[in-house]
Amino acid sequence: MPTVKVRLRNPNREVEIAGPRRVSAILRELDINPESVLVICGDELLTRDEEVAADSEIEIRPVISGGAP
Amino acid sequence: MKCRVCREKAVIDIRRHNAAFCREHFIHHCRQQVVRAMEKFDMIAREERVLVAVSGGKDSLMLWDVLLDLGYAADGLYIGLGIGEYSDASHEKAAEFAARREAHLVVVDLETSYGFGIPGGARSVRRAACSACGLSKRYVMNDAAITGGYDVLATGHNLDDEAAVLFGNVLHWNMDALVRQRPVLPASRGFVRKVKPLIRLGERETAAYSVLNGIDYIVEECPMVEGNTGLRYKAALNELETAAPGTKNQLYFGFVERALPHFEQLGAAGGAAVGECGRCGAPTTGDVCAFCRMRETAAPSAPRGAEGSEPELDPTP
Repeated sequence: MPTVKVRLRNPNREVEIAGPRRVSAILRELDINPESVLVICGDELLTRDEEVAADSEIEIRPVISGGAP
Repeated sequence: MKCRVCREKAVIDIRRHNAAFCREHFIHHCRQQVVRAMEKFDMIAREERVLVAVSGGKDSLMLWDVLLDLGYAADGLYIGLGIGEYSDASHEKAAEFAARREAHLVVVDLETSYGFGIPGGARSVRRAACSACGLSKRYVMNDAAITGGYDVLATGHNLDDEAAVLFGNVLHWNMDALVRQRPVLPASRGFVRKVKPLIRLGERETAAYSVLNGIDYIVEECPMVEGNTGLRYKAALNELETAAPGTKNQLYFGFVERALPHFEQLGAAGGAAVGECGRCGAPTTGDVCAFCRMRETAAPSAPRGAEGSEPELDPTP
């Protein structure tokens, strides 16, 4: 089955999701709040309505920083 | 999605503005938000020397980038916190950025200058690591700005940071902190003016700006941040923001515009008298400032570092 390879951070790990899929569907499946991440493919940012092709690789990068700014 | 301005393909959508932008117009949007914040709150005059506190993260490097682009005389300040490989990596990001922009980076290493790092300092006084870190950064930032003759210290606090701190301060009715949670803290005896030019930008926007501008920032989270209450508040606010875009903006700017004047009146009416730290001369409400107390416990035989400091009353989160 064609899959989208997804790189997640903090901690670093990879998961594979059946593709093609919309960004919003991928985030929903992984239970990730869209407000808390960027979705990156290569050096491009993906908006939540974009479809990610099968056999693509994307990074879901958290944007929340904590601690004492 | 299409860019609100040019109708080209968008790279990011910002739901609280009900807008999406292409790369070019998103960068413009970010700069405009910084300019609007600085103008509205009279943060930095054109001729002033600015010290930007940079951690190697997305917010502070973005802020430095924008201020340089806008033509401000802005140097960076990196504070080595002694958190192992994380500090090494974040220093590297800050130094790489400075080299790329041909900008001046001031570096203060806690262990070299004061004889302790955050892990040891936090243990010694039984503070949470983030609390010891915040105290140390506030002290060193203020000291470096005064020592270096800077007019203003700029930090990368964004809308999410400010909303989360406000949320926590309200949950606990922390009146002292509410009085001090302002976009600009004017200079006072022993304190440089502090400004937060990113308050109109969410951290998803600061991250996107950095990615789109090729700013190589440290993505990894600080290893000592686990369990930080600020992260829980941010997660809760993001849930509310998802259901009702604009919630964080309403919370923070509603406070600044409608509630802060009342809190400031309360603050002007009371508060402990500020004297000088018996060790370093910094303003403090006690005999010895909180930073010196931590330093003396963590590294009793270490050098005292530079003169000038900041008390535990400091307003930044």
